[in-house]
Amino acid sequence: MSLSQQQLVNEFRDVGGARQPLLIVRGLKKYFPLKSTGFGLRRERLAVRAVDGINFEILKGETLGVVGESGCGKSTTARLLMQLTEQDSGELIFDGQALGSRGLPLREYRRQTQMVFQDSYSSLNPRMTIEDSIAFGPTVHGVSKREALERAHDLLLRVGLEPARFAGRYPHELSGGQRQRVNIARALALEPRLIILDESVSALDKSVEAQVLNLLQDLKQAFGLTYLFISHDLNVVHYLCDRVLVMYLGEVVEVGPADALFEAPLHPYTQALLRSMPTTDPLQRTEEAPLAGDPPNPINPPSGCRFHTRCQDARAVCASVAPIFHEAVPGRRVACLKYQPDSGYETAQIPLREVTHG
Amino acid sequence: MTAAILPDPTGERLDRPAVVRSRGHGANVLRRLLRNPVAMIAATILLLLILVAIFAPWLMPADPYATSMLKRLKPIGTEGMPLGSDELGRDLLSRLMLGARLSLFMGIAPVVMAFVIGGSIGILAGYAGGWLNTVVMRCVDVLYAFPSVLLAIALSGALGAGITNSLVSLTVVFVPQIARIAESVTTGVRRSDYVDAARASGASSLLIIRKHVLGNVIGPVFVYATSLISVSMILASGLSFLGLGVKPPQPEWGLMLNTLRTAIYTQPWIAALPGLLIFITSVSFNMLADGLRSAMEVKQ
Repeated sequence: MSLSQQQLVNEFRDVGGARQPLLIVRGLKKYFPLKSTGFGLRRERLAVRAVDGINFEILKGETLGVVGESGCGKSTTARLLMQLTEQDSGELIFDGQALGSRGLPLREYRRQTQMVFQDSYSSLNPRMTIEDSIAFGPTVHGVSKREALERAHDLLLRVGLEPARFAGRYPHELSGGQRQRVNIARALALEPRLIILDESVSALDKSVEAQVLNLLQDLKQAFGLTYLFISHDLNVVHYLCDRVLVMYLGEVVEVGPADALFEAPLHPYTQALLRSMPTTDPLQRTEEAPLAGDPPNPINPPSGCRFHTRCQDARAVCASVAPIFHEAVPGRRVACLKYQPDSGYETAQIPLREVTHG
Repeated sequence: MTAAILPDPTGERLDRPAVVRSRGHGANVLRRLLRNPVAMIAATILLLLILVAIFAPWLMPADPYATSMLKRLKPIGTEGMPLGSDELGRDLLSRLMLGARLSLFMGIAPVVMAFVIGGSIGILAGYAGGWLNTVVMRCVDVLYAFPSVLLAIALSGALGAGITNSLVSLTVVFVPQIARIAESVTTGVRRSDYVDAARASGASSLLIIRKHVLGNVIGPVFVYATSLISVSMILASGLSFLGLGVKPPQPEWGLMLNTLRTAIYTQPWIAALPGLLIFITSVSFNMLADGLRSAMEVKQ
């Protein structure tokens, strides 16, 4: 496919116009059932509520960061978006078209959405050369083998790996950073519009990480991509992302523009998360742990607001009333009773429990 | 939205320098195998045996079926009979040479068949996962629960004596064993990120199995299957020994061991010769399998 052709296709692909979110996620839910204990009637159906009815949008051309503690459902969300795991309920609307509808079969959706995994080594077939790994996707979609290999070489060059040196090699002969560049090239080979980066740079050395992040920025510009950037590194998220989504225990607790969110986080969990960022400023150093303990068990999450067990601002009402995810400040949505009018938060003044400091 | 994949704006392909190609996995394994002296000795012995088996009709010094009451149980080194003669006065060297054909065939053929059948079952079950995997593998486990010797004897006994029937029963014995290995390796591969990445690119399950699973599963299964050849040879010899396999007067090492066992007190060396060959062959196959395993296991 020549350059002008691809441009044409990309314009043709933009179905809903610039204002239409690239991906709307509605009520996405995934429970992983556990091995049931007991027999017959006493049998309990337990499930890990990995992702519990989340709603958000990914806008065209943005980088949406997803942050949260380990086990909060970030990676499950990524796998659900990539449809590697099937959701229990909820729908994905890609550029105005519901996934699975006639306008957007799964196969076509997978061409437009690609993913880069965390483990650069295990995400490449050890028995395939680099060029074959990259060329595999296009051949699945009917591109001839020769053309696919040519595209693979072009992409290798684009991600900073000289094709003559690297195309014929095997994954184990490359460094972690080089492998992750190959994984990025493979994701690009299908000419996607959305790329899900699931902790894609977390396993790399800091210096290599910076190089790959810059590469991702360049590629985003050059190919007009949209990123969903999942990471636990808040500094990187702040640097890279336009908007940030905060997850806690399978739910979205806050979404907002990155700068505003890092400047003045609304949700107490976001506040605690940001306080946990290591700082080089001696005046900002703190001895206290901003978030005590582990997150509660996702099999049996706390009632009301899920964060109330660890929240500094929790009131009695938080244990009984589940907050609604709403727009508290223009452009920023949060799920916290503090910002919810008539939630009963203000009237209940007795703290749920003593929060001890230091 | 303009994507400048190409280095030159005209869209013309630049002259590409030749791509440096690394040695593939297979070539690496072969190279390491060639450096392993034990495996090479075993391979040489096996190669010799196979060549002898193939060219037996031309290499045989005498007719392996010609009996002679006068030349019964001659010792090793008798003139005209370098390895002596059996209980019916037939030339033992000739019979051992021709017997290599059936013995090797009965060692290799059931394993090859079980490799194809069991490998397919294991890969499909492992890749499908879920309840289908459970159902298939439990069925395989039922067969697996029988001791292999017992199962082979029972099946051969039920089907009747003969080469084809022993072939079938030995295949049935090995299918579950190979299926289990293939299933466990496939399950591991299926959970890897590169299979997820292939799924994410929209490839069908069949294509993923062909391009990504097969290449990573076949190696370990092949190694295991190689180590089964010696078991198969011994089992086949056992069946012949019990009169369930090859029928006389056809030469086969197991059968020869059976008929010569009465001579164990008069001519112990003669009686031991077929057994010795079975031993050498099966040890060689095991050594080769071991070498193959260590050649594949090198961490990269």
